[in-house]
Amino acid sequence: MTDLFPLLLQGAWVTVQVTFWGSLLAIVSAVIAALGRLSPIGPLRWLAITYIEIFRGTSLLVQLFWLYFVLPMPPFNVEMSAFTVAIVGLGLHIGAYGAEVMRGAIRSVAKGQYEACTALNMHPSKRFLRIILPQALLAAIPPGTNLLIELLKNTSLVSLITLSDLAFRARQLDQATFMTLEIFALALVLYFFMAQVINLGMRLLEKRLSRGRMRGGLQ
Amino acid sequence: MPQPIVRFTDVTKRYGNLTVLNKLNLDVAPGEKVAIIGPSGSGKSTLLRALMTLESIDEGVICVDDEPLTHMPARDGRLVPASASHQRKVRGKIGMVFQSFNLFPHMCALQNVIEAPMQVLGMGRKEATERAEDLLAMVGLGEKLRHFPSQLSGGQQQRVAIARALAMRPKVMLFDEVTSALDPELCGEVLNVIRRLGSEHNLTMLMVTHQMGFAREFADRVCFFHQGCIHEQGTPDQLFGNPQQERTKAFLSAVNEAN
Repeated sequence: MTDLFPLLLQGAWVTVQVTFWGSLLAIVSAVIAALGRLSPIGPLRWLAITYIEIFRGTSLLVQLFWLYFVLPMPPFNVEMSAFTVAIVGLGLHIGAYGAEVMRGAIRSVAKGQYEACTALNMHPSKRFLRIILPQALLAAIPPGTNLLIELLKNTSLVSLITLSDLAFRARQLDQATFMTLEIFALALVLYFFMAQVINLGMRLLEKRLSRGRMRGGLQ
Repeated sequence: MPQPIVRFTDVTKRYGNLTVLNKLNLDVAPGEKVAIIGPSGSGKSTLLRALMTLESIDEGVICVDDEPLTHMPARDGRLVPASASHQRKVRGKIGMVFQSFNLFPHMCALQNVIEAPMQVLGMGRKEATERAEDLLAMVGLGEKLRHFPSQLSGGQQQRVAIARALAMRPKVMLFDEVTSALDPELCGEVLNVIRRLGSEHNLTMLMVTHQMGFAREFADRVCFFHQGCIHEQGTPDQLFGNPQQERTKAFLSAVNEAN
């Protein structure tokens, strides 16, 4: 049992890295796609809608296969390591769901906030970055936490594009040792533990962002 | 009358079939304090919102300091609808305080006041902070610099909003029913700040208000709004003491009865 644990932890470390970088990409693409979706410029809006619908409407596994097996072939000739594919695939996939969450969050910011910015003569880009986005991010945290945990759990698919993540290691060890119950119980605990870290981290972030803030008051 | 600082010329605003401003003409002299009263739906707030460019107008021209706000001269001298950057340039002369405060909830009082001077006027943090501290002290909140809006009462929030607008050094201040969302006992502290502003600064002020007593005591001129235009106007004594129009009399007696 003690020899199993380090190997599982190695897999878990891959899972952690893919989750971390994938989450960052997901958050950035969610904000950009939400902005595109809300843009008054038609082509930007269509681009955002196309991205969201394609990545939300097709299987993540097939997306990963496309990125890993199809893109290196002509006419694309784009070759990425399995690790990069995992981050790009998961990030863009969850980002597409996140875009709709962000869109709702941005629209939930009170109209009076926009009016105050106009009255203070703020440029629209400053208005978004300094006033609207911080409030929208706060509103997006609870549904966003769900998506990040979803991303963590979806990392188990990356074993199918040759990455040795936690799920891959668990299966490998199971085949070598036949300690099926122990290994998969451990894997379960490790996933649960990582999900709780995300959960706790997001709660702390929410607490920090909402410092001195009342929700649903006059704004 | 000296050169007006704000001039509405035949301004019309419609929402579908509803005409909210109907060929409105209004000149405001520099330093003048104008109170705008009238029944709800008469276009009072729309007038201020149009001047702040929060509402577009359908016809007419609004000028601030002799410069058209909603329009700009094209190459051939004709007036065409203003670009965003032209509007930003002219809009900088105007500040506004809202009924619902609209403070930034994620910033403390001090940050609320320094945000626009730093981000819009490009002022350094030190200078902006010093000015903000002065302004917040002037509105009686020198002790509450680090308080967030949710930790302040309505009256205190509204005073922060006044300081925030003043930090942009406007020439014209617009007050849109600034005491309507406040408990009666908190109105006084906000009105006192406006009184002080009026006596210590040469600010032009336009205020939409339901506080008839305050309008009477504070304003140089009172405009009674009805159906999208100024139905009757005059000095407070004229308008409140001896209104000429039937509609004005009916409005004032209804207000008196309610009080």
